[in-house]
Amino acid sequence: MPHTTAPSSSSASTDPAIEVAGLVKTFGRTRALDGLDLQVARGEVHGFLGPNGSGKSTAIRVLLGMLRADAGSARLLGGDPFTDAAALHRRLAYVPGEVSLWPNLSGGEVIDLMARLRGGVDERRRAELLDRFDLDPTKRARGYSKGNRQKVALVAALASDVELLLLDEPTSGLDPLMEAEFQECVHEARAEGRTILLSSHILAEVEALCDGVTIIRAGRRVLHGTLEELRHVTRTTIEVATARAPDQLASMPTVAGVEQTGDRVRFDVDTDHLDSVVRYLAGLGVQSLTSHPPTLEELFLRQYGDAPDQADELAAGQGQR
Amino acid sequence: MTGTLVGTGSLLRLVLRRDRVRLPVWMAAISAVVAGSGVAVAQAYPTAAERAGYAATMGESPATIALAGPPYGLDTLGGILVYETALTAFLGVALMALFAVVRHTRAEEDDGRTELLRSTVVGVHAHLAAALVVTVAASLLLGVLVAGGLIVAGAAVGGSALFGAATAALGAVMAGVTAVCAQVMPGARAAAGTAGAILAVAFVLRAIGDVQESALSWASPIGWSQQVRAFDDERWWPLAISLVVAVVATVVAAALAVRRDVGAGLVAPRPGPARAPRGLRSAWGVQWRLQRATIGWWVFGVGLVGVTFGSLSREVAEMVEQNPTFAEYFGADAAIGLQEAFLASALSISALIAAAFAVSSGLRTRSEETSGRLEMVLAAGATRRTWAAASVVVTALGSVVVVLAAGLGLGVAYGAVTGDYGVVLELAASALVQVPAVWVLAGVAFAVLGLAPRAGALAWAAAAGCLVVGWLGAAIAFPRVVVELSPFTHVPAMPAESFSATPVVLLVLVAAALTAAGVAGFTRRDVG
Ligand SMILES: Nc1ncnc2c1ncn2[C@@H]1O[C@H](COP(=O)(O)OP(=O)(O)O)[C@@H](O)[C@H]1O
Ligand SMILES: [Mg+2]
Repeated sequence: MPHTTAPSSSSASTDPAIEVAGLVKTFGRTRALDGLDLQVARGEVHGFLGPNGSGKSTAIRVLLGMLRADAGSARLLGGDPFTDAAALHRRLAYVPGEVSLWPNLSGGEVIDLMARLRGGVDERRRAELLDRFDLDPTKRARGYSKGNRQKVALVAALASDVELLLLDEPTSGLDPLMEAEFQECVHEARAEGRTILLSSHILAEVEALCDGVTIIRAGRRVLHGTLEELRHVTRTTIEVATARAPDQLASMPTVAGVEQTGDRVRFDVDTDHLDSVVRYLAGLGVQSLTSHPPTLEELFLRQYGDAPDQADELAAGQGQR
Repeated sequence: MTGTLVGTGSLLRLVLRRDRVRLPVWMAAISAVVAGSGVAVAQAYPTAAERAGYAATMGESPATIALAGPPYGLDTLGGILVYETALTAFLGVALMALFAVVRHTRAEEDDGRTELLRSTVVGVHAHLAAALVVTVAASLLLGVLVAGGLIVAGAAVGGSALFGAATAALGAVMAGVTAVCAQVMPGARAAAGTAGAILAVAFVLRAIGDVQESALSWASPIGWSQQVRAFDDERWWPLAISLVVAVVATVVAAALAVRRDVGAGLVAPRPGPARAPRGLRSAWGVQWRLQRATIGWWVFGVGLVGVTFGSLSREVAEMVEQNPTFAEYFGADAAIGLQEAFLASALSISALIAAAFAVSSGLRTRSEETSGRLEMVLAAGATRRTWAAASVVVTALGSVVVVLAAGLGLGVAYGAVTGDYGVVLELAASALVQVPAVWVLAGVAFAVLGLAPRAGALAWAAAAGCLVVGWLGAAIAFPRVVVELSPFTHVPAMPAESFSATPVVLLVLVAAALTAAGVAGFTRRDVG
């Protein structure tokens, strides 16, 4: 491969881990990426959110040099994803969204292969991760469930000593115990100074792990910023039954979408102003209360309406970092 | 039993929907070869005298008998047509049935789609039933098309119908046999491989049986279809054997189906090693690991073809002695010449089969790519160039080994029956001369992979084209350009002809150019 010199380690601290601007990728008539922007700083755990088909996997595959973009620029660890692929891939690990393994290879063989391709196996780490993820390395890949295939790819990625982890919906097949173990591993990787791009469509997972977040839709960034900044624009949904009717609720400035069914009231509140609303409700004698943060879908539909363009404008105002 | 068949109707529609292009293409390709050669043969042998000449030469050629079957009714146009096209029709229908059954049973399970469907109101036997109904119906339709092709070319209606029925019957047997393999083996590849091995053995049994004129032919399903003796003293009863075997196989498959889990065969896969062997550390290691078993099977299969031909060497010598026409036709050195021509055509056929290995090995990267596994390997640090290099080298060396297996098998078997082992090395060398032509087909596969990755069928069409030209070219005058297009046309037919370096070097250059273009495309294009 005619790659230029490997990005030197002296530039490692200065270049952002990922720098994508105006990226366009079309498949026939489908415009999978439509001017995508994405920045990830070194040492950051960055959530990459978007509904199914919004272009997350496509963006990651451009960053891996698997796909060539039609327009725009992409830099990875200071190098070009396509021409520097070989040098860059030694410094990163990838977990694909759909993990397909060689049916006649065992999980242990796949983990060893991946590690050796990258330069070597860290025996201690390999053994520790196999144990933590409760994975039987002697099973042939055709005998693994989806979750176990995913675990093979995760162990292979996490066992490697790399600067950057590109994880494409890595937990979609994991059970809650393994999900917790995964989150623990991400925290450790962050403490070791690794950069992580975590693609997901589960807001809760991203909230638990990430410093910064980029939300995309239809191949474009609609919102980005730190989690703190994101909370400003999210609303929590509350369903409550109180002894006395919460008459003033509808007139509170941060409350929206009040619906009354029997003695129960359902409404959305800006997460920033949760405190004052809960105080008010407490005075009315709360009999039951459930609250949930907005799902990604709700975030798009309620916060931004249906048009990505409109969302883009809002995001430009909201998401400055 | 009805309860286990619930949902068969809906699955039938699903199978038809998924195969609405694939099966018609199989049927069109096979019947086009049959009908096309029918017209060509009708023009080439219009008179009784010409047909008698054909019967005296081609009809007595052991190489042709080994491949085509016993010569029946060669004094008729239909008889010559069957002799020329039986190989295409029989192997075509058998492979069509094999792939269709695997595709709609175990391959579906391996991909996890069966579970999705089985979770709805679908009986345990519905998938198998739908696959078999469609496959047998396709075989019948192909039989009708084949019969129609012969009738259009001018063959008698009765014999044509009989040959069409024999073709369909073989499809039904193969469907049943494959259905059993699909229950027993641990995965789709293994099921297809086992059914393919059974087909190969069936072919070898009847090849030996036909040349020796022994009862061995009756041990083979292909033999039953040939023993109807279309256009000779015609008889339908051998097809009753096919029918019984097809039914029994289906019943066995259905009985086995309820004794196994979805996605697992009766043969449980053994646990694998916890650690990878030393060799599995690079794109080279992956390629070798992926291909080594496949190469082993091809070496076995093509080697078996060589052994089959070689073991017929004494019969060839006897036939030549007993047949004065040969000497008249070919001149004084007829005995030696024909022996060598027989060996040369054995090598040529083996090389044509090896071309199928070259194409499948060259296109192997595509399935790695669409499954997303190539992406994992590349993201882990292997470069596209290394991957391509590994694929090219494994395919190129694999082709050498497969072709060499034919030469050695032929030579050793020849030595075993004639007591003359002196020719082993000469035959091995003669086989190697065929390799550059096989490499050209590999080059076509790499070019397709690099430049038009979705058009893998093109590479297969090229290999099938070479097979048709190579096999039917002796009897049919194809247009000169078509014949010249096949790389195998340019290979010196050793040991019958002497070695000539120019075509061999040119073929190597063509193969290298095609491969280079493909690799260049592969390193630039999107992966996935
Ligand atoms: N190889 C491909 N060929 C054609 N269309 C594709 C291909 N890969 C992705 N797409 C399309 O691009 C869009 C984005 O897909 P993807 O990046 O997989 O989304 P996500 O990962 O966010 O779910 C989808 O509409 C998808 O159908
Ligand atoms: Mg995705």
